[in-house]
Amino acid sequence: MALLQIKNLTVEFGSEKKPFRAVDQVCLEIEKGEVLGIVGESGSGKSVTAKALMGLIDWPGRVVAEKLEFDGQDLQEMSDKQRRKITGRDIAMIFQEPMTSLNPCFTTGFQIAEALKIHEGGSRSERRMRSLELLEQVGIPDPSARLKAFPHQLSGGMSQRIMIAMAIACNPRLLIADEPTTALDVTIQAQIIDLLLNLQKQRQMALILITHDLALVAEAAHRIVVMYAGQVVETGPVPEIFETPRHPYTAALLEALPERSIGATRLKTIPGVVPGQFDRPTGCLLNPRCEFATERCRRDIPLLQTDADGRQVRCHTPLDREGKPQP
Amino acid sequence: MSSQDLILEARDLTRYYTVSQGPFKPAATVKALDGVSFEVEAGKTLAVVGESGCGKSTLARQLTMIERPTSGELKFDGFDLVNDSDYQLKLARQRVQMIFQNPYGSLNPRKKIGTIIGEPLVINRHLAKMEVEERVRSIMTKVGLRPEHYDRYPHMFSGGQRQRIAIARALMLEPKLVVADEPVSALDVSVQAQVLNLLKDLQQEMTLAFVFIAHDLSVVRYIADKIMVMYLGQIAEYGQSEQIFSRPRHPYTQALLASTPHLKVQNRKQRVILSGELPSPLSPPSGCVFHTRCPFATSQCAEQVPEIVEFDGRLTSCLRAAEIAAEQD
Repeated sequence: MALLQIKNLTVEFGSEKKPFRAVDQVCLEIEKGEVLGIVGESGSGKSVTAKALMGLIDWPGRVVAEKLEFDGQDLQEMSDKQRRKITGRDIAMIFQEPMTSLNPCFTTGFQIAEALKIHEGGSRSERRMRSLELLEQVGIPDPSARLKAFPHQLSGGMSQRIMIAMAIACNPRLLIADEPTTALDVTIQAQIIDLLLNLQKQRQMALILITHDLALVAEAAHRIVVMYAGQVVETGPVPEIFETPRHPYTAALLEALPERSIGATRLKTIPGVVPGQFDRPTGCLLNPRCEFATERCRRDIPLLQTDADGRQVRCHTPLDREGKPQP
Repeated sequence: MSSQDLILEARDLTRYYTVSQGPFKPAATVKALDGVSFEVEAGKTLAVVGESGCGKSTLARQLTMIERPTSGELKFDGFDLVNDSDYQLKLARQRVQMIFQNPYGSLNPRKKIGTIIGEPLVINRHLAKMEVEERVRSIMTKVGLRPEHYDRYPHMFSGGQRQRIAIARALMLEPKLVVADEPVSALDVSVQAQVLNLLKDLQQEMTLAFVFIAHDLSVVRYIADKIMVMYLGQIAEYGQSEQIFSRPRHPYTQALLASTPHLKVQNRKQRVILSGELPSPLSPPSGCVFHTRCPFATSQCAEQVPEIVEFDGRLTSCLRAAEIAAEQD
């Protein structure tokens, strides 16, 4: 059975009468030891999905799901106290900006030990030993000195390693990494991704990698979920999605990468931006930006359909192998 | 190539900063730029690549005349940026413009975008109000903004549109050189492609030269004619873009290329993962500054300072470039 099962997760903000759906009926499943990539432009609901999963959506946001199960336990049914026991220990998260997610008032040692104190207990010296061990695991030189350092004394890559150490402190079974490398240099990005994948393999941990860097997902993930304007538009295993994207949005995202147009004089673009609260189109949400949009796309909302190979596409006319829409 | 084509020429450019290390300690010198030579032709793009802390932004500060270089030569469009008087630099400054990384931070939220784009004209040219407005509207059309949006405020625009506003502002005085500091790294891929296309179109139309500072190598490959890879204030490799991408000769360039994720499996290189981070510029390593992280380093690298020499059609500052090349080919 899947480690995490989400069925029809919806997150709404704003008034009850005219809510804005940041996440719209998202279904996800992740197995033990799997690396799942979630990609999409900013504003497509990737981070909100992760936050809803961690129980970090505050009022006035509303989280509704048909099913939100982690390892057989229903996360919606349980009390807040029980849920807090799971988040932070079994499900951990690494946030986007390492420089701002650490508390500047406390030493890194204090912040790592805090997670241990809440979830594992143990004496002060035990926690210190464990913190040292964690820092070594994430490849920080001279760990005992770094425990006494404050966040402003660390570089971006170093702070991100501290964040990872905090997240893996209690041996999580699911780690959510929300744009873990966007603020970092390519060389440090490679180090951090390798570190995450090594940890994931060693511990058979499930990893959700949220990013807008398609090339990064192509290298790291097993399966991929493409989101657009709060909806899942395509899912499938990594090589297939990149070779034969079936949703026009996935295809357009791939075409927009400079790597695809080496030698070309112009890059292909997707006109326009992700629709916000006030400019939601009718029918398929992509229709104003889609080159294949038809009358039907402007009228009817497409459903997420599963095809014979187990890939899911939300499109009236999914693309075939040659990139042509099929009616 | 005649020297008339050159719009920017730097020889042994250096910029040192003195930093106080506390009372009772002597002040230390940070060599943020240490003997950098390069040139930019009119209408071409030079990309500057390297990790944070390698001196890219210091270079941008010298080019935009925010600071004067410590020593060396820096010639731009007939001006001498090292020795010229402040008055002359003021004139030169109109011909260099800058585009910043974060379009959310670089636009004043209290001003209408018409005012923001028109400001360079108001300051530097004596034009009638109507004329300014007319020119602003025409440049807005040029960069793909709707002229009706003249009276809107920056918060009403998306990231890509804001970057267009920043580009419009930079082009207002018809500069010869635009220094773009990571102009697309804060944008999504789809929008990034729109902005890159726009920059290329404008370059052709107005014969702009770009100094394009970036860390995303796939973007650099698309836009640059020449590439300068920097490490700790020095040039690691400098040459034509295609040559450097197809056959990188400096181990640092190789590591940078290998660290960049690729879509296609066949494009992925054997990962040369650099251990550690950039050493502190306060106490740079002896010999070749890269030897502490270099997978090919020998004891000779720790002692001998490499000179920048021509090798395989480009300049590289690796002592063992020839040996490594022979090994790899």
